[in-house]
Amino acid sequence: MEIYKADVVIVGGGGAGLRAAIAVAESDPSLKIALVSKVYPMRSHTVAAEGGAAGVKRPDDSFDYHFHDTVGGGDWLCEQDVVEYFVKQAPVELTQLEHWGCPWSRTADGHVNVRPFGGMKIQRTWFAADKSGFHILHTLFQTSIKYPSIKRFDEYFVVDLLEDEGRCQGVVAIEMATGEFTMIEGKSVILATGGAGRVFRESTLGGIVTGDGMALAFRHGVALRDMEFVQYHPTCMPITGLLFTEACRGEGGYLVNKDGYRYLQDYGLGPLQDKPKNKYMELGPRDRLSQAFWYEQQKGRTIEHPVMGSVVHLDLRHLGEAYLRERLPLIYEMAETFMGIDPAKEPIPVRAGVHYTMGGVRVAGNCESSLPGLFAIGECASVGIHGANRLGSNSLTELLVFGKVAGDEAVKKAQSLPPGNSATLLKQAQAAEQRVLALKTKTGGTERVATIRKEMVKSMEDGCGIFRVAETMQANCDKLAELRERFKNINLDDKTSVWNTDWLSAIELDYQLDVAQAMAHSAINRTESRGAHQRLDGPDGAYKVRDDVNFLKHSDAFYVPGSAPRITYGDVKITKSPPEVRVYGAAGEKADQERKASHV
Amino acid sequence: MAPPVKRQTRKGKHPMSEQKIIEIEVLRYKPESDQAPHSEVYKVPFTDDMSVLQGVQYIKDNFDGSLTFRWSCRMAICGSCGMMINGIPKLSCESFLRDYYPNRITIEALANFPIEKDLVVDLSGFIEKLEAIQPYIIPKEPRTLEQGEYIQTPEQFSQYIQFTSCINCTLCYAACPQVGLNPDFIGPAAMALLHRYNMDSRDGGQAQRMELVASEEGVYNCSAVGYCSEVCPKHVDPGNAVNVNKINAAKDYFLRFLSPKGGAQ
Repeated sequence: MEIYKADVVIVGGGGAGLRAAIAVAESDPSLKIALVSKVYPMRSHTVAAEGGAAGVKRPDDSFDYHFHDTVGGGDWLCEQDVVEYFVKQAPVELTQLEHWGCPWSRTADGHVNVRPFGGMKIQRTWFAADKSGFHILHTLFQTSIKYPSIKRFDEYFVVDLLEDEGRCQGVVAIEMATGEFTMIEGKSVILATGGAGRVFRESTLGGIVTGDGMALAFRHGVALRDMEFVQYHPTCMPITGLLFTEACRGEGGYLVNKDGYRYLQDYGLGPLQDKPKNKYMELGPRDRLSQAFWYEQQKGRTIEHPVMGSVVHLDLRHLGEAYLRERLPLIYEMAETFMGIDPAKEPIPVRAGVHYTMGGVRVAGNCESSLPGLFAIGECASVGIHGANRLGSNSLTELLVFGKVAGDEAVKKAQSLPPGNSATLLKQAQAAEQRVLALKTKTGGTERVATIRKEMVKSMEDGCGIFRVAETMQANCDKLAELRERFKNINLDDKTSVWNTDWLSAIELDYQLDVAQAMAHSAINRTESRGAHQRLDGPDGAYKVRDDVNFLKHSDAFYVPGSAPRITYGDVKITKSPPEVRVYGAAGEKADQERKASHV
Repeated sequence: MAPPVKRQTRKGKHPMSEQKIIEIEVLRYKPESDQAPHSEVYKVPFTDDMSVLQGVQYIKDNFDGSLTFRWSCRMAICGSCGMMINGIPKLSCESFLRDYYPNRITIEALANFPIEKDLVVDLSGFIEKLEAIQPYIIPKEPRTLEQGEYIQTPEQFSQYIQFTSCINCTLCYAACPQVGLNPDFIGPAAMALLHRYNMDSRDGGQAQRMELVASEEGVYNCSAVGYCSEVCPKHVDPGNAVNVNKINAAKDYFLRFLSPKGGAQ
């Protein structure tokens, strides 16, 4: 087995991983950084983020506003001290990215421009047309090339963490091009592997978004927190789930039902507005908009298409071709290429689809998990800023702010700790190698990776949808347990070593089943409705509402080998925003005024 | 001489449910057992909404799990899924089976790269070229974070923004006849990225990058066929970037004689 001794190991080369790598390289150039990713960094799914990154910019905005939008948007399940830090650091990090060359869209006088986004009181979303994630990722990747201490392991697939002396000390990875194993030692290990949305059928996500880092930490006893909160984005392409950014609405797009009616006014988001108005109508938060889509479907007011299913229309026509080409060029091309639609002439059929995992590896504000030396950042982590529902454009900023934090913390750790016991670590790595190789070489199985995956994503869609009831959630839990068993009987078509993606998909599926179980069991145990977790059941419908008495709590899912995860609950950190009724539109504005008056 | 790119028609509006069968011929190569690549043909049921990538995924999921290819985003932004489709370099996620039906479609690994397995090529050479061009801001006037953002006028912005759109899909390398002849040629995408940083008003690194532009691996390899710009899925027009730099390199060459401090400022 190849051995590489690094000081800091980073798993994942997306926005968070790259930002962390640069932070380490800048803070202490003598430390050796191993940046390990199963794809070339610029393929990471950060690339597909469209709308932008939130950070206070305008003189009429404030950190306090951004804080309250985020905490209210998260239905009060946020760690408020962490949110306070986040909103203050946001503009610093976004400016840093500007200095590194990110082509943020500008105003006529040459300053960085900001656009409105859902659930945000003031325009504060920095954007690079509608390719913000693409530009952030490429800027970070290209900037990272400047630092000789960052050694990349491109197309290396991590299969396990190494743990000794009560701390995390490295990873084991497969070099995809050869199938050979490498042990990478490190005094700090940072997981930055992204979300897990591909456990669902219809999602906006790339094929690589399989929850790898979540499962790795989970299997080492670290809690996955708040996994029941899965964000459905309200405007996705039917069938494929590809994303039409929230910026479509930020720029003034309408959502209409089969009667051409802007239905959001019926769901606590009105009254009707002609121009985009922050926190009204189409600029409400994603959970509420996806729920409104579901209600429209129940009422028979969606448009029924024989192939696409139930859809509503995203209408951009009134914005005109020139403006759309400038602000939403990617959206324009996607509508043309994938749907044969000219969005300046026709409305775009859309439906809600899975987009984001609010939960993840539980970490403290310094991004360290309960396993010393193991950090997590970005979508794979739960540092506590999203609560029960993430606001659009907070996650790109999260990559930067907490990438920097984790990088700095990892440096402190790496500087203070002695090297590990290589012989012990190698033994562990070899055991992991044997276990993973057995999956490839074993014969006689009858199950296909694709079959189990297909059944998993269908079950998750049925059991962890926009609205949930105990019966289908239980069926989902049962199905996942069945698939876990059947996975043991898997058989690969490809038994070779070089570029064996059949094998890697099987390892990913193994990760996905663990993460799916954490989601399913966290969901069925939360007998209330909050943010993205909405229930329709309970005695006299008791679970339909938020229950702060029993559930102003984070859920923690713990791995139990061979069984369903154990779910426990932990406190939520409240600093300055006690839970309130969560309202938008005119009601939200009134509540804001009342809060302001009570502070005077 | 490379064939001209035929833009696929954008028909098939609102996918229809009718299922048809298309023949997909895939160039297979397993380095551990095959002496040379060979073709296999698969009959794939498809609907009008299905991309070529989905066709290939169908084969992997249903017929042969060993079929190997890169893919991720499915929306032409991650740059993973480039393939030769009927001899033309394309992103398979935004090419559609309906546009080839009822004919057989052939799929091969991207040209001008060594094949690692099936449709996966060795990109390490390309990555080294990207790294070589110093693709990051070398500040002209360094600024602290407290000083805030650089100001960039619409005019300054328009000088470089087009060249930021490259997704590193390497279709232009598969298209470039000179990359085929001289694998060391820095190539269209890397040259476009170099140009992107040179043209950015925040950057002062042009002189440092000029050496590579004028070197043996640099712009003079380009024979101005322009096929790179034709196949570019993001309209970056790398051919333009390369040829602007030919002029810059020539200017730089003469300036070295005229100015005691050397060439490009």
